[in-house]
Amino acid sequence: MIDAVAEPRQLPRSAITALSIVVFLIAWEFFGRKINPIFGSYPTAIAHAFVALAQSGKLAKALMQSLEPFLAGYALSVIVGIPLGLVVGRFRGVEAAIGFFITAGYAMPLVALVPLLVLWFGLGFPVKMAVIFLMAVFPIVINTWLGVRTVPKTLIEVGTAFVASQATIVRRIVLPATLPYIMAGLKLAVGRGVVGMIIAEFFTSITGLGAIIINSANNFDTATMFVPVIIVMALAWALTQAIGTLERRVAPWQVELAGREET
Amino acid sequence: MGEVRLIDIGKRFRLEVDRKEQIVTALEGVNLTVADGEIVMLTGPSGCGKTTALRIVMGLERASTGRVLVAGRETHGCGHDRGMVFQHAELLPWLTARENVRFGLEMKGVRGSELDDTADHYLEMVGLTGSANRRPHQLSGGMKQRVGIARALAIDPDVLLMDEPFGALDAQTRETLQAQLLEIHARTRKTIVFVTHDLDEAVLLGDRVVVMGQGRIREIVDIPLPRPRIDVDAIRGDALFAQTRHRIWRSLHAGARDAHDVVFS
Repeated sequence: MIDAVAEPRQLPRSAITALSIVVFLIAWEFFGRKINPIFGSYPTAIAHAFVALAQSGKLAKALMQSLEPFLAGYALSVIVGIPLGLVVGRFRGVEAAIGFFITAGYAMPLVALVPLLVLWFGLGFPVKMAVIFLMAVFPIVINTWLGVRTVPKTLIEVGTAFVASQATIVRRIVLPATLPYIMAGLKLAVGRGVVGMIIAEFFTSITGLGAIIINSANNFDTATMFVPVIIVMALAWALTQAIGTLERRVAPWQVELAGREET
Repeated sequence: MGEVRLIDIGKRFRLEVDRKEQIVTALEGVNLTVADGEIVMLTGPSGCGKTTALRIVMGLERASTGRVLVAGRETHGCGHDRGMVFQHAELLPWLTARENVRFGLEMKGVRGSELDDTADHYLEMVGLTGSANRRPHQLSGGMKQRVGIARALAIDPDVLLMDEPFGALDAQTRETLQAQLLEIHARTRKTIVFVTHDLDEAVLLGDRVVVMGQGRIREIVDIPLPRPRIDVDAIRGDALFAQTRHRIWRSLHAGARDAHDVVFS
């Protein structure tokens, strides 16, 4: 009887995640070794390639070349995306005027347009930043916009009843009420921005992690090719985690309201 | 100073049903004067227009016809001369109780140390000094509504407008808050317009009860119970309480029969 009442012991989430990763790596190692090294690779081979790449100094250089435009483009998409989403969501006229372009822009086949962007911006930092911005800005705008539309009418009425100005209502009521949606948009934008970064580097193909991928793929060096692929994924994961931490910092009530488990 | 006058208030909505536009009359020819310091209760069946009337006085909705005067001045939209207590408190979830009360004050232009002093004063009035730093989700339903009342009172309005504020609370909490509101009213002498569908509440709190039906005032019933109403238990047991409640009940049901006659004739 007592056992039935007692809380069952649970593994912490981080332990489950770690265990899952270990199982995945072992399985990959086991099956990866059976495959021709041109068609696939496995963790220990990738680790060796990583060490070689890191020792040559190429990796650090490429990482910086990728990270700088990524951070610049991502930051710009945040600075533009959040206010734009707030304005589009809040004002019917603006929504009618440019909502269409935002929805259509989200589906823009950017890969097809990169050559054009290269003509405009050249092959260096600016074109990478532009592609990353164009990839990341839409999920931020759309999520913010959607979030504004879900703000309860009655909360806006609290502002109206106390004679708050439109600007005050947006800043003091709409923005905080929309924060969970904005944070979700920021997370989605990380993934899209990272993909944008690699796409841009495929086309310019001279610098960054994307260049390492292209060059090693052309040399059938599959293990080396996986190094930047994994780094990019780890980077996106780390940034998403960081945004989650930020969310708990700026919107703690939301986490408490939802009763979500801390991760 | 806190007199409220509704002069020939009418409200029509445009409604689209099956792609055909219908005009729905929510209010028609509503005339009512609420004296300074008086508590007037608006009651009636759902859809009778009582909440619409209150929202028009607040300025959250525009009347199709007529005017609203508060303290002799015609209203245009919302103003700090009126304080609204919402049906579900509607506290801002990211702000603490004190910050929620401060919000109204900040909108009124109060700055500096006066902000916290005033907010704390009104939190004390509703008995929430110990919970000032809690966020809404850490407050019970009754506590939330007390913060809502403090927020409305803090801007020192001429009139307090309350839209079924205790309707969603359990019976015990409701009775506690009713007694507390009577106490606050005895202290501040605010004019109060209060929407309710609870007849006990209407008789206990009101000086007059306005019975509405189909967008019109059907009857205005005076409550002969003396003020201050401190001993709430005794009032509830008073024969006069039961009689007045029954009178309003009859008035409401007469209205309901009329509505039936209209529908089935």
